[in-house]
Amino acid sequence: MSNANTSPPAGPGPAGGFFSSNPLLALILQRILLGFVLLLAISALLFMGIEFLPGDFAQSYLGQSATPEAVANIRKELGLNAPVHERYLSWLGGVLQGDFGTSWANKASVSEQIGKRLGNTLFLAFWAAVVSVPLAIGLGMIAVHYRNRFIDRLINVVSLGAISLPEFFTGYLLILFFAVNWGVAVFPSTVFADMAFTDRLAAIVLPCATLVLVVLAHMMRMTRAAILNIMSSAYIETAELKGLDAFRIIAKHAAPNAIAPIINVVALNLAYLVVGVVVVEVIFVYPGMGQYLVDAVTIRDMPVVQACGLVFAAVYIILNMIADVLGILANPRLRHPK
Amino acid sequence: MSDKLLNVKNLRIEATVYPPGETPKDIVIVHGVSFTLEKGKVLGLIGESGAGKSTIGLASMAYGRGGCRITGGTAHFNGEDILASSKSRVRGLRGSKICYVAQSAAAAFNPAHRLGDQIVEATVLHGVSSRAEAMERADHLFDILGLPNPKEFGQRYPHQVSGGQLQRAMTAMALCSQPDLIVFDEPTTALDVTTQIDVLAAIKHAIEETGTAALYITHDLAVVAQVSDDIMVLRHGKTIEYGPVAQIIETPQEEYTRELVSVRSNIKSEAEDQSKPLLTIENIDAAYGNSLQVLFDVSFHLPKGQTLAVVGESGSGKSTTARVITGLLPQRSGRVTFDGRDLAPKLADRPREDLRDLQMIYQMADVAMNPRHTVRDIIGRPLSFYFGLRGREKEKRVIELLDQIEMGESFIDRYPAELSGGQKQRVCIARSLAADPKLIICDEPTSALDPLVAEDILKLLMSLQKETQVSYLFITHDIATVRAIADSIAVMYQGRLVRFGPKSQVLSPPFDDYTDLLLKSVPEMELGWLEKALSDRKMEAAGN
Repeated sequence: MSNANTSPPAGPGPAGGFFSSNPLLALILQRILLGFVLLLAISALLFMGIEFLPGDFAQSYLGQSATPEAVANIRKELGLNAPVHERYLSWLGGVLQGDFGTSWANKASVSEQIGKRLGNTLFLAFWAAVVSVPLAIGLGMIAVHYRNRFIDRLINVVSLGAISLPEFFTGYLLILFFAVNWGVAVFPSTVFADMAFTDRLAAIVLPCATLVLVVLAHMMRMTRAAILNIMSSAYIETAELKGLDAFRIIAKHAAPNAIAPIINVVALNLAYLVVGVVVVEVIFVYPGMGQYLVDAVTIRDMPVVQACGLVFAAVYIILNMIADVLGILANPRLRHPK
Repeated sequence: MSDKLLNVKNLRIEATVYPPGETPKDIVIVHGVSFTLEKGKVLGLIGESGAGKSTIGLASMAYGRGGCRITGGTAHFNGEDILASSKSRVRGLRGSKICYVAQSAAAAFNPAHRLGDQIVEATVLHGVSSRAEAMERADHLFDILGLPNPKEFGQRYPHQVSGGQLQRAMTAMALCSQPDLIVFDEPTTALDVTTQIDVLAAIKHAIEETGTAALYITHDLAVVAQVSDDIMVLRHGKTIEYGPVAQIIETPQEEYTRELVSVRSNIKSEAEDQSKPLLTIENIDAAYGNSLQVLFDVSFHLPKGQTLAVVGESGSGKSTTARVITGLLPQRSGRVTFDGRDLAPKLADRPREDLRDLQMIYQMADVAMNPRHTVRDIIGRPLSFYFGLRGREKEKRVIELLDQIEMGESFIDRYPAELSGGQKQRVCIARSLAADPKLIICDEPTSALDPLVAEDILKLLMSLQKETQVSYLFITHDIATVRAIADSIAVMYQGRLVRFGPKSQVLSPPFDDYTDLLLKSVPEMELGWLEKALSDRKMEAAGN
């Protein structure tokens, strides 16, 4: 066998012998590093953006009694007179140690509040994901199997309908039917610290269903498209000529090769489950990050807004980073180099 | 009912075609073909592309590729008409009693799974044997097929082994369930000639060892003559001739078969004076990126109005040499001289005159043309780009060029999709001629074409050379083509030039090792050639 193209050069790359012998690890480390750089850049943008926002905490806090002296006092108290870069660096220093500062409004520790709120949001997002991801991928595979037939069209139309309705509308519809008319679901969905696990689950049924309906269509359609793309490959014909049954062909031979685009769209939607729940949380009176953020924005409680923004950005970046890494791991060429 | 393994009668296959701008229509691809196959025998199906040979092979598994529908006839396999059987019954036969070996094993293996898992999958699922037994059998088959490290081979992923090994792995997959019949669909066509002979020998050996019957589909009569008991010659979906291999090769009855059997004629005799070069390349080193060097100190020259054939297997650096000459890949060191002037290494630094003088023809004519352009646009483009021709003048020149490539004015408004493979390549030739070049680089222009069509294209190229004194740098891996048209030959191996000179000199002994291997690997239309070639090799190996 002679094939000059197949033997990779042995020369050391710029990162030295370690990375050239572990290209996979190098790629993954590179992604993780990139994620941190991105997060740092976002923290700066976030800080600057809020800096340029019109309105002022002292003004809105004091309301009618905002005499120039009182405003100046509060600004001094909050340390707002220091230059921007100093405030940014001291804030960043705190964040790196897990301290997001104290809320201007109620003087409580932001980190503590976020700890509870984020827990609630993740709880809701987790159960929404547990339901929606397998459902979307399963429905996508079924749609591929019955492509262009009635079942495929039905799945498509129903999921498209679900995504086309705005979530506040879906949410209210669910409340109307399940909570008001039939009385089978709990509303409002408020959860408390000392609630039993089953009560918690019962409370989040409706917001969870709303979120599932919103994210389902996107993941399902992407799964369908990605697998259909693979179905015309020669190795699918091989599988058919090996006498395998249709579902085994889709699940075992097509899906693993369609995994990268599916992982990406799943990550985007998982991020949406955390970041995009603001409206759903407000409708269902669910004490998560979204409501916390909305309340803070109304009174210009900047440390809270910054903290929420940064946490959302981190969730987004981490999920996409995981998707990237899984996408790399899903590629047998990278996992098993020659 | 007969005691035959496979008995196909009056097989009729139709497909729906969608010609651009017309209503879809049904065409018949296979017109009532019949044949029989006994246990343990090999039937070769041969013909050019579109003859329906793959379609017939797949129909023997009750499978229609794309839009093909089996609309008539019977196919009795072990006495059971599989065309009339239920889907689940057919699925039970596929992968256990009838197996398939595809042309491109590289595409036919799933990149996401280990070879071993894929090879035993059907055997285990159909309940032929347990996974452990199947694995054991696979190891044994790897051994028979001459795969290195049989124990480890199954652990590998498809991208980790070479093309020739994948093709053997595919054969192992087909043999694993101990089927009664295997359909081989051009199993060696995608391989280099030096690899083909090994795979061919491995397949033949495995068929003999296991006693399976086979349908062997190929367009290369010399190949099928080595492995078959019977041969069926097909054309346009009809049987032309069907009989024992010796009869087809030695006393063909039909004109078409005789054309296939006849060795390609020498189209052009070698030019005598090869001393005045048009193109000279000296000491070329080239690399992709910073580290992957693919050309090492390559030098040759090509006289005006003559043809230099660059020969070698894939990865030998033939196409890279062409990329250096055209400026697509600037060389690291070395010099390219053309018509008495130095060519700038980078394409961007070359004046338009240099671009015009150097044209290209590619292997895949259909992807080298814009599918949304008509023949008029395709040939007209270089006319306006290089010569600023417009309107009636341009039209006149396009028609002249169409006449030159023996197609004529009636094709001027056609789209590429409305042309046959040979016609597409002719339009590409006309497009390169439109620039009035001094040199045309032909990158395997005939290897995607059927032998008889390819021969016409070669004849056209040679007559155009006589008319216009254009030179050809002809890249190919096909020795028969080289013999037919070259004045001089450059043999490349692993990025190095191993032999260069006038054709008569390069093709006569004493040979270097590689050229010797290359020449001996070319299948010949002779019964028993394979055994002879292999025993020659063994003797040499013993002699060394």
